[in-house]
Amino acid sequence: MPTDVERWKSEVYGNEIREHLYRFAETGWGSIPDDERDEWFERFKWWGLYHQRNGQESYFMMRIGTPNGVLEPGQTKVIADVANKYATGPVENPEFGNAYVDWTTRQSIQLHWIKLEDIPDIFETLEANGLSTQQACGDSWRNIVGNPMAGKAPEFVDALPVIHELNDRFKGNDDHSNLPRKWKVSVTGSADGSGQGDINDLALEPAYKQINRKEVRGFNIRVGGGLARNEPRLARDIDVFVEPSEAADVAAGISALFREHGDRENRYNARIKFLVDEWGPEKLRRVLQEEFVDFELKSAGTDLRDEYTYNAGGEHGDLIGVHEQRDGKYYLGLNVLVGRMGADDTAELARLADTYGSGSVRVTQRQNVIIADVPESKLDALLAEDLLEHYSPNPHPFMRGSVACTGTEFCSLSIVETKNRQVRFARWLKENVALPDGVEEFHIHLSGCTASCAQPQIADISLRGMKTRKNGEAVEALDIGLGGGLGENPQFASWVGQRVPVDEVPGAVKNLLATFEDHRDGNETFREFIARHDEEELEAFIEPEETSYEDPFMHNTKLTWYPYAEDDSMDASPAPAHPDGTPIASDD
Amino acid sequence: MSVAVRILDDGAWLSVNDERQVSVSELWRLNAPEFCQCEQTDFLAEGFLSARSSGRTVTVETYGQCIACGSSGTVGHVPVGEIIHGEFYGYDREGDVLTPVA
Repeated sequence: MPTDVERWKSEVYGNEIREHLYRFAETGWGSIPDDERDEWFERFKWWGLYHQRNGQESYFMMRIGTPNGVLEPGQTKVIADVANKYATGPVENPEFGNAYVDWTTRQSIQLHWIKLEDIPDIFETLEANGLSTQQACGDSWRNIVGNPMAGKAPEFVDALPVIHELNDRFKGNDDHSNLPRKWKVSVTGSADGSGQGDINDLALEPAYKQINRKEVRGFNIRVGGGLARNEPRLARDIDVFVEPSEAADVAAGISALFREHGDRENRYNARIKFLVDEWGPEKLRRVLQEEFVDFELKSAGTDLRDEYTYNAGGEHGDLIGVHEQRDGKYYLGLNVLVGRMGADDTAELARLADTYGSGSVRVTQRQNVIIADVPESKLDALLAEDLLEHYSPNPHPFMRGSVACTGTEFCSLSIVETKNRQVRFARWLKENVALPDGVEEFHIHLSGCTASCAQPQIADISLRGMKTRKNGEAVEALDIGLGGGLGENPQFASWVGQRVPVDEVPGAVKNLLATFEDHRDGNETFREFIARHDEEELEAFIEPEETSYEDPFMHNTKLTWYPYAEDDSMDASPAPAHPDGTPIASDD
Repeated sequence: MSVAVRILDDGAWLSVNDERQVSVSELWRLNAPEFCQCEQTDFLAEGFLSARSSGRTVTVETYGQCIACGSSGTVGHVPVGEIIHGEFYGYDREGDVLTPVA
C-alpha cells in the first residue's frame, strides 16, 4: 500500500506546489487547514522549505541550492541581505547572534526562522538574482555537488558544463520531479576526490578510456552511496564510462530507473542504495541498458582514484588556504567553523569577493567558503583583511577539521545539540590538546543522529548523538567512531565508544590523541594507526574523562522549544507566531 | 470519527490528526525482556518506523537503544497515548513503564 507521503505526492507535487505556497503566504499560517498541515509541509520541502521542529511551529528552514556550491558575482550579498531581513528568530543564538547563514555539507545554504508570509518576497529576490530553492529538499534531484572550484582549478575533465546541463535538465522536470526518495548527485572533474562521489546516490568521477584508439576523458559512474540510517554504503561501480556529452542521458536513465523501480511502499527502504543491495551492480547496469538508455553503454574507463586527497587522511585536501587556479589567478579557501556565518560577515565576505576577486564565492562540502579569481597582486591585501581573523585561511587543525549538522536547535530528528557544542569542543581542544608532530589535518564530525548530515562516518573522529545517564540524570551523550575517511580506499568509521556523556568527550579525544602519540609507528597517519588495530583495541583507546571543558547543553535540548532561550521550556514557546513574532492564540 | 496517525520527517515524530505529538529522542522505561536483559529497559527512541491506532491506544514501532546495556534495534510497537473522542492524550512517558506489543 502506498504511504501517505506517496498519496500526497500523487495528488500535488513538483512545480505546482508553488501556487499553493503563495496562496497560504497571502493569509498566513492560519490559512493552512488544520487537517492538511502534514501534507503541505511534506510538499513544501520540494520548494526548499522544511517546517522547523516541535516548539517552533510556523517557522521554516529555507534551503537554497547552489549547483556545485557556485555563487556567482553578486549572489553572496543577496544571501546576506535575505538572511538579515528575513532569517531572524525570537531569540538570539549565543554564539552566532540572530540572522546567520549555514553553509552545508552539500554545498547549499540554509536559513532559519523563515516566516510563511515572507516566502514570495524571498523567492522573488532570490530568483531575480539567479538563485533558487527549487528541489533543495523533497523527493527529487537535490543540489548537485562536486569540486567547488570546477572551471577554475586544475581538472582532468571539465565538470561544470556537465553540472549545469544536469541542473538545467532535471530541475523542474516533470519526468524526474517525483522520485521515490531524495536523489543526491555528485559530478567531479578534478583528480582530488573533492566531489565525495562515494557517498552519493549517483556519482560521476573522472576517468579516461581508449575509444577508436584515442584517449577520451569522461566519467565513470557509481550508484548507491549514502550514509543515513545506520546503513552507510559506498557507491557501487556499475562498469559504465560516459563521455561528457552522454552524461545527462545516462543520468536521466538512472534517475528514471530509480523512479520506476525504487520502493514507494516503504520510505526507509526507498533510497537507491537498497535497490543496489538487492539487485547488485550487474543487474542495475543490465536494466539500465535494456530499459532506460537507447545507445550502447561503454564499460568503465580507467579512474584516478589513487590520486584522491580530499578527506583522504594525509595531506590537506580541503581547499582551505591559497591555491593557484589554472588561469594564473588564485583562490582563497576560508575556514567557517561548523559552517555558520553571521549575515553581516556574509555581506563582508561578498565585499571581499567583489574587491579582490571576481565576486564569485564557492561553498565546499566541508562547510567552508572560497573567494575565487584573486590576482596575485591583490593576495597580500586580501590576506590582511579583518574578516580573515575569524574565518582563517590557515586555521588550527581542530577548527579546520570541525563539521557539525543543524542539531536540536531546529531539527526534528536530531537527538542532541550540535553546532554550538562543536564550537566549544574545537575551542577547548585548540587550547588544551597538542596534536602529534606533523598532524595537520584532523577531522571531527558531529552529527545529531543517524541521518548523518555531518557525514560522521568519514571523519577521523566521528561523533553521533545519543543519551545516557550520569549520576542518575539523563544527559546528552555521543557515540564515538574512529578511522573514517575517503580517498582511494574509503573507509567508514568503526563505532567503538558508546554513549559518552558530552562533557567527557573532549577528555576522550585528548586521551585518544595521547595514545596515538605514544603508540604511533613512525609518521603514520591517524587513519593508518586506527586501521592497524582491531575493534577491541580501539574500544580500549576510548577513555572518557571530565576536564575543564564545560557543557551548558547537557540537559535534553529536544524537550526545549529553543535550547538557548532563557526560559527554554516548551510552554514558553512563542510559536506559532504572527510575522511580527507575537504568538498566534489557539482560537485565532 | 476517523483519526489520522502517521510518522513523518524520516521517522522523527508521530503526527495525530496533523499535530505533532511524540518526538524521537525521548527516554522511555520499557518492560521489554525480549529486547534486552535489563530488568527495565532504559530506552532511547531514535526513530519511528510506523504508527497505528488499535481501539483507543496509539502505538509507534520504534527503533533505538537501551542506554544501560547498549542493546539496539526495533523494540516493536510501543504504546504512547490514547485517543479519546478524537483527541490524543499522551501517556506520562517519562514516568510510566511502557510495554511494547508485537
